[in-house]
Amino acid sequence: MSAFRFTIDGVEIAAEEGQTIMEAADEAGVYIPRLCDHEGLRHQGSCRVCTVKSDGRSVAACTQPAAPGLVVENESAHITKLRRDLVEMLFHEGNHLCPICEASGNCELQAMAYRLDMTEPTKFPYLEPCRAVDASHPDIALDTNRCIACGRCIRASLDVDGKGVFGYIGRGIHRRVSVNGDNLADTDAAITDFAISNEVCPVGCIIRKREGFATPIGEREFDKALIGQDIEAKRDD
Amino acid sequence: MSEPRLIEISPVTRVEGHGKVTIHLDAEGAVDEARLHIVEFRGFERFIRGRLLWEVPVIVQRLCGICPVSHHLAAAKAMDMIVGVDELPPTAEKMRRLMHYGQVMQSHVLHFFHLASPDLLFGFQAPAEKRNIFEVIAEQPELGRRAILMRKFGQDIIEATAGKKIHGTGAIPGGINRNLPIETRDALLAQLGDMETWAQDALALVRDYTLTNLDLVRGFAAFDSSYLSLVRTGDGALDLYHGNLRAVDAEGGMIFDQADYTRYHELLVEDVRSWSYMKFPFIRSLGPGEGWYRVGPLARMNAVDFIDTPLAEAARQKLLAQNHGMPQHAVLANHWARLIEVLHCVEKIRTLLHDPDLQGTDLVATGTRRQEGIGVIEAPRGNLIHHYEVDENDQVTYCNLIVSTTHNNEGLNRAVKAVAVRALSHQPTITEGMLNEVEVAIRAYDPCLSCATHALGQMPLIVEIMDAAGTVIDHRTKDS
Repeated sequence: MSAFRFTIDGVEIAAEEGQTIMEAADEAGVYIPRLCDHEGLRHQGSCRVCTVKSDGRSVAACTQPAAPGLVVENESAHITKLRRDLVEMLFHEGNHLCPICEASGNCELQAMAYRLDMTEPTKFPYLEPCRAVDASHPDIALDTNRCIACGRCIRASLDVDGKGVFGYIGRGIHRRVSVNGDNLADTDAAITDFAISNEVCPVGCIIRKREGFATPIGEREFDKALIGQDIEAKRDD
Repeated sequence: MSEPRLIEISPVTRVEGHGKVTIHLDAEGAVDEARLHIVEFRGFERFIRGRLLWEVPVIVQRLCGICPVSHHLAAAKAMDMIVGVDELPPTAEKMRRLMHYGQVMQSHVLHFFHLASPDLLFGFQAPAEKRNIFEVIAEQPELGRRAILMRKFGQDIIEATAGKKIHGTGAIPGGINRNLPIETRDALLAQLGDMETWAQDALALVRDYTLTNLDLVRGFAAFDSSYLSLVRTGDGALDLYHGNLRAVDAEGGMIFDQADYTRYHELLVEDVRSWSYMKFPFIRSLGPGEGWYRVGPLARMNAVDFIDTPLAEAARQKLLAQNHGMPQHAVLANHWARLIEVLHCVEKIRTLLHDPDLQGTDLVATGTRRQEGIGVIEAPRGNLIHHYEVDENDQVTYCNLIVSTTHNNEGLNRAVKAVAVRALSHQPTITEGMLNEVEVAIRAYDPCLSCATHALGQMPLIVEIMDAAGTVIDHRTKDS
């Protein structure tokens, strides 16, 4: 496997053939924002929050292979604005009521909004979905009003758990995550599934019953640091 | 005066929430009818249905920004019952109590100093631009400083127990999600000396005001009523967090005592009237005519057998001595009672902060699931009832809330009418100062109209004068 170098925002990054821009960036301690990508799951490239300019062309950093000599633009004002607009649209598509959501403080969407300085979602009309909570399963509930259609649960269930509990239904703006049955109780979902673990759902859609609000404010994941700072901590300089 | 008139005070100011007052004058200019209208509706009881049981204490606290802890804890107590926990681990119960005493303290301090004190210090008919907390700070800077720091202390207690000063997440079904670190405890303890001194000084201020103006206080919207409060199980002491229901009549005789609060719907009935979103509860055994009652600080002073903290109990004895040990009915005595409770909270906070259980690590208990849960607490403004049913999927199917201001609805309306008759009858001109007297009576109850209708907002006041045919002929509006 041959090693090469490329730059992100002027910082030289070491990479190996077969790595994506994001993989190489992560190893080098350069954070590229992302929502649909997650360690241990195959890349999907659907949320577009990881969009970067690679030699002037917009690409998803989680799926675009790194290449020798690439000049990548990551945290420019232009790209940050695009990302902020994407995140803001996700807020408008769902009902993201952070003050009463048990994912608050651990939510990657909320954390991304903070990182991107999105103070309040005001630009677009709210779609205000009104989907019933599926609490049919004894240990798991789904509030799909909070789903951002990242598909992490779909890949986790299919590829890691070998089950296929979740899948997409609908097209375009109506595309969303559903379960393989009339409700969650019809599926073989279990609380021990990787797809149901706290790390897979980035928002408060997949709810592990009777665990909500058990972590005090101040001790939640993003109370301590901005999203991405764990990756940035690896950086040498 | 040849034609009947309607006065409208809208919005009512220096109270929490939106309300208006209408006063009907007959052809001779006498007050015919006076009502406090709560004109908002928010529907928490409906939209909480379908939500998951552990979300409820966090969602319903959004009813209010002044005393969210009361709703948080009442709902948490109901959820304790649903998850089958009848006795919390000591750390959990004591952390919740600490949160509650901090809450009652900051709410009472906010009400007395920021909302009510301008009326008492400057007079009911002082110019409107004078009657606000900024003028209090300008004239009495030390008093203003203490008001701010006492409220901050209460808020700091809430933050230490719930994670945030407003709308935190401390109580969870069956327990609490944190204990109290030693360093936080010590930082709070360091302020307690000042808090106790300042609470006693504020209590002396309102006591002296009452005794100096005894005729005014006794004649201002003072009328007999029954009173309802939680009292401590067994000995009938004041207990703001937990106990059984007691109702006493105007002479202090028991209507019911040590009643399990899960039977509240057998003891109380909620009546509905067409002109207000706020219900009118009454004691079932006395019927809708005679069964109305009041709640709140004065009701608690009248209903309990004693207070288990010495400074507050001594102060309570002085309050009751004004009516020879019988229940005290003067509405303005609520301010006195409120400051007694501030002192009580400081004493309770001191005891709790010295209790090593607050550093315990057993935070949550579990039990066998039930379908129904009722949580009752003594909130700053009085008794607060939360009632829920939850299905086998953990989703709420029913919710009923009776908040303090709703309990006080009849009393508030009677107070409005009493003051209107006293201040407005046969007056050729209605002045702003006269209308403020109506608001002073409302304010004494420290009503939270937002909570009462489960509605959100600042507290404007409207007064309308209507003629006998119901036509609005005069109208005064106060912006919030």
